[in-house]
Order: sequence, then C-alpha cells, then structure tokens
Amino acid sequence: MSRVGWIRLGVIAAAVALLEAACRLGLIDHRTVIAPSEMAAALWRLLASGQLNDMMARTFGIIVLAVLLAVVLGFALGLAIHALPRVRAALDPFFATYYAVPIFIFYPVMVAIFGLSVIPILLMGVASAIVAMIIATLNGLDRVPRVLGKVARVHRMGRIETAWRIKLPAAAPHLFTGVKLATSYGFIAVIASEFILAPAGLGRLISDAYTDFNNPRMYALMLLLVVVATVVNMALHALDQRWAERRGIGKP
Amino acid sequence: MNSTVTATRRAADTLLILLALLLAWQALYGIVGATALPAPAATLAYLARFVPSARFVENAGATLATFAAALAVSYAAGLAIGVWMRLHRLSGAVGEPILVALYSLPKITLYPVVLLIFGLSLSGRVTFGAMHGILPVAIMTMHAIRHIPPVYVKSARALHLTRAQLILTVLFPAALPEIVAGLRIGFSLTLLGVLLAEMFAAKHGMGFLLINAMQLLQGEEMLTVAIVLFGFAALANAAMLAVEHRLHRRV
Repeated sequence: MSRVGWIRLGVIAAAVALLEAACRLGLIDHRTVIAPSEMAAALWRLLASGQLNDMMARTFGIIVLAVLLAVVLGFALGLAIHALPRVRAALDPFFATYYAVPIFIFYPVMVAIFGLSVIPILLMGVASAIVAMIIATLNGLDRVPRVLGKVARVHRMGRIETAWRIKLPAAAPHLFTGVKLATSYGFIAVIASEFILAPAGLGRLISDAYTDFNNPRMYALMLLLVVVATVVNMALHALDQRWAERRGIGKP
Repeated sequence: MNSTVTATRRAADTLLILLALLLAWQALYGIVGATALPAPAATLAYLARFVPSARFVENAGATLATFAAALAVSYAAGLAIGVWMRLHRLSGAVGEPILVALYSLPKITLYPVVLLIFGLSLSGRVTFGAMHGILPVAIMTMHAIRHIPPVYVKSARALHLTRAQLILTVLFPAALPEIVAGLRIGFSLTLLGVLLAEMFAAKHGMGFLLINAMQLLQGEEMLTVAIVLFGFAALANAAMLAVEHRLHRRV
C-alpha cells in the first residue's frame, strides 16, 4: 500500500480509537453513543443468533430487485428516448431537475395507493435509481462512434441486434457508471423508506431499536448497513477503475 | 429566428409531457379511487385554499428556517473542507476517498444517532440536513480547484500573491462555475436531509405535514405539500443552473 494509503488507514483507526477511548472513559454517555468494540460485538451476536437472516434477505432482496429493474428498464428507456430526439429534448428539463427534487416526498403517496407493503418500497427504489440509468444510457449512446452504426447497417442488423451487439458493448463504460449510481440510489431509497415507514426490514429494525432505547441493537444494525454500503460501493468503484484501465482511459 | 422557433417547440413539447403526467394522474385516480389518490382538480383546488392558510405558513416557515440554517452550515463547512483539502495536498490525498465513501452512505440510518445527541430539537434537524449537504459541496469544490489550469497558480506565484490573495483572486473565480454546481447539489441534498428529519421525528414542518396527512388519509393535503416542495426545489435548481451556465460562458 502507498504511503497515503497507510496515512488514511491511520486516520480512520485513530478516529475509531478516539471514539472508543471517549466512550470507555465516560466522556461520551453510553446512552448516546456506545463504544465501537461494543457495536461490533453486538453485531456479531445478532448475526450469529440468526435472527437477522429474514430481514437481511428481505431488505437486500428488495434492493437487488429494485436495482436490477432500474438498470434493465432504464437501459431500455434510454435506448428508446435516444432514438426519438424530439422526446429527448422535451424530457431534458425533467432529467435536469429529477435528482434536485426530493422525490422521496412521494413515498407517503405510494403508501396511500399501494398500502403498507413491499410494493411502495420497491417502487421508491426503482424510481430513484432508474433516472440515473437512463441518463447514463443517453450519455453512453451519444459517445458511440458513428462508424459503428454504419458497421451495423453494413451487416444488415435489425434494431434489437444493433442494440444488443453494437450499442450495449460500445456504451458499456458509461452504462457501468449508471449501474454504480443506480445501486447507490436504490440502496438509499429502500433503506430510507423502511426507516420512515415499513412493515419490516433492516431500516424498520433500526427505527424500532431507537424507539426501544436498545442502543447495542441499533448501533449493531447501523454498523451492518454502513459496512455493506461501503463494501458494495468500493467493489463497484474498483470494477469501474479496472474497466477504465483496460480500455486505456484510466481515470486519475 | 430559427433558434427561437426550436426553443418554442421544445417548450411546447415539455408542456405536452406535463399534460401527459396530469392525464396519467387522472387515469390512476380513476383506477385506485379517491380514498387512495385524490383527483388532480380536487388537489389543485385544495392547494389554492391551503397555501394561504395559517397552518401552511407556519409549517413552511419552520422548514424554511431549519433549511436556511442547515444550508449555511453545509456551504460554510463544505467550502472550507474543499479548499483546505486542495491547498494541503496530503490532506486531500488522504481525505478524498474517505469523503467519497461517506457521501455514498445512506445517511438516513444515522439519524437516530443525531437524535440521541441533540434530542428532538432544531439543532438535530439542522445537523442532519448539513450532514447531507457538506459532502457534495466539499467534493465538488475540491474537484473544481483541481481542474484549474496550473498556469493560473504559476502566474499568481510569479506575482508574489499571498495565500489569501491566491484564494480570493485566482482560485475562487476560476473554480466558481463548478463550485456553483456543487452548491446546487448541496442545496437539494440539504433540503432532502431536512425533510427526512422532519418526516421521521418532528412536530412542525413540511415533512411532518406529509407524514401526518398520510396517517390521517388526507390525500389532498399530502399531494399539495409534495407539489409545493417539488415546485420549490425545481425552481431553485433551475435558477442555480442558469447562474452556472452564465458563469461557464463567462470563462
């Protein structure tokens, strides 16, 4: 690891150690924040007891499904919108505004329509992830060299074959950026929905633990989500980086 | 002349899409019925009645005050962190991946910690809003300063500018368009943070109104609040986007 990497690790370790010391010495009330070692121990107990399995399967299942739907539908919609320049020009203001408005405010509306179930949570996940995928698809298709379109025509490919065999691979790096963003947005939307109002799920468990003043449980669950989110984001980032390097457009 | 024609046509197309959305809403209302989703016309009528009411003014004022404080913290801390991490290279190299990792965390899960520290108070909601806003502002500021052509800094050095002069007269103006982009994203995320905080635990504010209306099954009020917030965020975004485009053209 590089020198900078070691320093970064040191900074993070020092921050955790400082929190640990402050909690152990009673500088921080254990009713407010518990020591990191206690968080980890509580998480270990929860995971070992197996009582989280159902909830983890549920929440992560919803996230995976939402992201998959968003990526597939987003790519299809991106292709369609790209083929219709007039529609695209009309939609541009919506795309520019989409992530600026807290679309989460429509979650209560979804709950009112579909009831308190998995469906509104899934829809929020898809809704917040899909536009990132559409925008990434449009960006990617804009950068497909025109000569490739000619190649497709020379080979008399149909629309679907062109999309599948020419446009998809040529736009892949941009599409992957879309996948990365969609994953991150989908994750946040699903957890936030569960946290605010849901029949079950990890977000709901955190909110319940908070209401019950069950700090070890609450911090253990937070630690779980933070670790999962960080690992997933870092893995996607590493994949993206490797891909960029292989194509000779390495990002600094 | 030709460009105004295209611009008009584009605006007309955008309006058509808005109309289509309105029709979709009406159709959905036809399918799911009035208890789940009120009709567009009824909602708009409610909007006209509700917005001038004291209840709305009070709650919108509460959200606006919280948001203004959170935004001030986001901008001040974000800009300070961004500038510091570029001026001090090692801090930047060490800190940037940490900031990026923190940025992509679902911060909503950490709201109970904020509540335990601050209680159900204004400062808790301000802190939570700022937690959402500081990181994008800091990251975008850092990127903005990195993209400044090195020759600017060299000429500043040739002119023996002090560090304060370097920041105020060279770095800041050159990085301004991208910084404004960061401020724009910070604006919308801070708003999201404040609203989430109000939705989860508050007795005032627009987020509270939303959740309250949902629990009382008052569809008109729920959609009215959502539409007002949507409009506010969209207008603010459009205004900041316009500033950004003007700054880009200037440079």
